[in-house]
Amino acid sequence: MNDPNTDSFSIYGEQITSRLLIGSALYPSPAVMAESIVASGADIVTVSLRRQQSVSAGDDFWQFIKDTGLKVLPNTAGCHSVKEAVTLAQMCREVFSTNWIKLELIGDEYNLQPDPFALLEATKILINDGFQVLPYCTDDLVLCQRLADLGCEVLMPWGSPIGTGKGLLNQYNLKTIRERLPDMTLIVDAGLGLPSHACQALELGYDAVLLNSAIAGAGCPVTMSHAFKAAVNAGRFAYTAKAMPEKEVAAPSTPTMGMPFWHQT
Amino acid sequence: MKITINGQLFETIEHNSLANILLEFGATEPFAVAINGEFVPRSQGQAITVKQGDSVELLSPIQGG
Repeated sequence: MNDPNTDSFSIYGEQITSRLLIGSALYPSPAVMAESIVASGADIVTVSLRRQQSVSAGDDFWQFIKDTGLKVLPNTAGCHSVKEAVTLAQMCREVFSTNWIKLELIGDEYNLQPDPFALLEATKILINDGFQVLPYCTDDLVLCQRLADLGCEVLMPWGSPIGTGKGLLNQYNLKTIRERLPDMTLIVDAGLGLPSHACQALELGYDAVLLNSAIAGAGCPVTMSHAFKAAVNAGRFAYTAKAMPEKEVAAPSTPTMGMPFWHQT
Repeated sequence: MKITINGQLFETIEHNSLANILLEFGATEPFAVAINGEFVPRSQGQAITVKQGDSVELLSPIQGG
């Protein structure tokens, strides 16, 4: 039996145990953020870069993240062009000392949908520049295949638009990507709202989920963090256990042999 | 000469290096810099001269999702 507490998946050769990647934004306070991150059991926390404002605020945040000892995954959130994303990725690499980049390139302001065309272009540039790209993408099979062709070893299709909490809107698409790219590390990123959504992603065979709002926006983020930790473990257990085949017709579980009063009424 | 740092006007002497300008501005570690949308590695800070009208972006870690 695979124990979700000890089995692992790979992100560009690094073995990762926790199947929950957690964001560091939107928490009601730094203390709640810190406690939620610890409660999640995550190995990886997402971070970003913004214009330097004051000496203290960002500095405290970064010091906490460093003290956790967790791996950091910087993002290019908010970028709308290839040039912006590439420049921000280069700046992230220098500050965070990692080749990992969560490549986020927004194509539409309304639903914050990734721009698939710009994503491919930026991915190509960054991989040629030595980056290990984790593209945030839509659940489009052909886009995922093209990203794989460029050399991506991790893909992060959305469950639904960022911050909506709607869960996995198109399980068929996500399942197809899993089946067509069996060796790819796949992480559902964005749109999850409930632990059951995370569990479903793992049940589909996804290696992990990345989420932020679902925990940070909960009434009690720390408790929700525990819930998501349990959910990804449950989903992983279920995937490795292989679910029973779904049937169209009811089948009794209690034996009918020896049933008293059999057809007497 | 006049430049902008993070969108705000900043005045400094002509032919000043990027490293000196960041010192004058009071940049605090850790940070990364871009000029006119192009990344400038920290190792080039002394060698790079900022020009009138240049736009400097000075970025530091923040929370992200």
